[in-house]
Amino acid sequence: MLEDLFSATVLIGILTSGIRLATPYIYAAIGETFGQRSGVLNLGVEGIMLMGAFSGFYAVYRTENVWLGLLFAIIVGGLMGLATAFISVTLQAEQGISGIGVYLFGLGMSDLLFQKLITQVETVSGFPEVAIPLLSNIPVIGDIFFNHNILVYGAYVLAFLAWFFFKKTTVGMSIIAVGENPAAADTLGVSVSVVRYFTVTLGGVLSGIAGASLSIALLNVFQQNLTNGIGFIAVALVYFGGWRPLWVLAGSLLFSMVNSLQIWVQVMDIPISPDVAVMLPYILTIIVLVLSAGRVRAPSALTKPYERSG
Amino acid sequence: MRGRLSAIGDVLLPPLVALTAALLLGAIMLYTLGANPITGYAALLEGAFGSTNAWADTIVKATPLLLVALGICIAFRAGVINIGGEGQMILGALGATALGLAFPTAPGLVLIPLALLIGFAAGGLWGAIPGYLKARFNVNEILSTIMMNAIAIQLMNMLLRGPLIDTTQKGAARIPQTPRLPEAFDIPRLVPTRLHLGALLAIVLAIVVYYFLWRTTVGYRIRAVGKNQYASRYAGIGVERHIVLSLLLSGAFAGLAGAVQVYGVNHFMITDGTAAGFTGSAGFNGIVVALFGQLHPLGAIPASFFFGALLVGANQLQRATQVPAALLTALNGLIVVFVVSSEIWRRRRARKRAVEKIEISQDDASTTKVIA
Repeated sequence: MLEDLFSATVLIGILTSGIRLATPYIYAAIGETFGQRSGVLNLGVEGIMLMGAFSGFYAVYRTENVWLGLLFAIIVGGLMGLATAFISVTLQAEQGISGIGVYLFGLGMSDLLFQKLITQVETVSGFPEVAIPLLSNIPVIGDIFFNHNILVYGAYVLAFLAWFFFKKTTVGMSIIAVGENPAAADTLGVSVSVVRYFTVTLGGVLSGIAGASLSIALLNVFQQNLTNGIGFIAVALVYFGGWRPLWVLAGSLLFSMVNSLQIWVQVMDIPISPDVAVMLPYILTIIVLVLSAGRVRAPSALTKPYERSG
Repeated sequence: MRGRLSAIGDVLLPPLVALTAALLLGAIMLYTLGANPITGYAALLEGAFGSTNAWADTIVKATPLLLVALGICIAFRAGVINIGGEGQMILGALGATALGLAFPTAPGLVLIPLALLIGFAAGGLWGAIPGYLKARFNVNEILSTIMMNAIAIQLMNMLLRGPLIDTTQKGAARIPQTPRLPEAFDIPRLVPTRLHLGALLAIVLAIVVYYFLWRTTVGYRIRAVGKNQYASRYAGIGVERHIVLSLLLSGAFAGLAGAVQVYGVNHFMITDGTAAGFTGSAGFNGIVVALFGQLHPLGAIPASFFFGALLVGANQLQRATQVPAALLTALNGLIVVFVVSSEIWRRRRARKRAVEKIEISQDDASTTKVIA
């Protein structure tokens, strides 16, 4: 039976769904990278994702327009990001705890609105698959990489854009400076608050898209607690990737590949307990956290609110 | 005197302001959803306190919240954030249930305390792992405890589908649940209500934890580590050891909450594949309770009672207004946000007082000089 697992079709299937399923992780984790690079830990990603997933789904459910759904998710995610920035930057609340509050709020609120406005599990037609001309015709590679919906492509483009942004642009470097040494950045005329408001709100927008990628592109449903921990794992993936966008991307891919393998193991009826299989990605994450913890240094000002002295 | 009054105000004000703000927002939400907020809140109170049974249910609901919150107090006082209450509860419940199923003929008087102890230990183990990873490898405990939650859920699913399953079920599709534990193992309760002795145990333990944190050397060291790791290290306190210990104890209390939930209320375990299916999110809500009680074990007692009432009353609110009980989860989230956000005013006032004190003493000094 193990031979079956490694037949060509199955391998292609695992890789294809691995690429697809990485989407919400990438959006959320890259979004979180922005915030953390500037020194803000947003632990409410899961809650923002749920609200994004719901609002995107609801808009599509009512209008059947996927772009309107995406826009809705972006607005709601952005607003929640803005609120998170206000809580963390202006009110200087303990970030590890306030994030749990944002999570509980998103969990309850999305469920409340779902029960009130939709009442039962419905499906919508979400973003369609778009085969990329020529590239999608390449055997094997085409199937794996070039036959997905637009939000999937967007996630990978985003990761590279983020890499470029931190590596090559002045704004990107200002963000890093604010996360490493806010006092010095302040002295040089970079407004710590403005930078952090920007990164955390952007993180909210991307979390909103991450949620919507589930509800209107990959699964096309909404239900209570749809994200089921993806947002928390996204936060872990940022540590995992050492705050570098391309490594965060690699971490997301590794995680979703293991997940995808695990789903196939179950589908193929291979005698491994499905519960153990589901556990594997989480155990893997802990192991990678252990391995990376000693080697990669977090932004120095992470979770520390900044206040001008004197 | 003024100093003491304002100190009391500092303690009570943040949770009360947070609560008022959350209830106001809740009223707005109710109104927006087409329900009368007054009817809604009245139904909530009625559901929580309307009868003897309602009172009992409120206390029963408060019990796991209080136990989890005690653990959260210990961890947060050590400066460690434990988000793993859900998983630790599950482990405690699994350990306790397995023991009861293994020795069905044991006398309850022996087995119940032993089962609670096993629950305490199993939860402690589940908390100690992230503690060790933090102390030894500097792995962020927020992330590792979240991962441990996910692993605990799968462990529960696996055990309830496998070794612990109720084999008397007929048919091919068996529900992942254990048989009912022998009735001799039920924690004694105040018939005819559901109120069980676990509630009393939780209150006693709250006093014990208070004593531990403020009256013992180890407790003092735990708080010292939470206040300032560098100073503690300089003073010769084994920071790593106390971090592991605080997460271990934190997990242990959550584990005990799980065991008490099984032996006092459910008497068997069943899984719907989620953590909340067993815990009712007490692992998270315990954090809300601890914060609301100002991370003080004795403050957690009224706080847990209050949140138990909210949770029990939520169902009545749903029946009366057709607004889903999920509203309360959202409000709990807002309360957390408001409580931690309002800390800023306390810090500012404390700083202002400190500055005033310095100015006053300087004034005194200059007056003395003039007289001289």
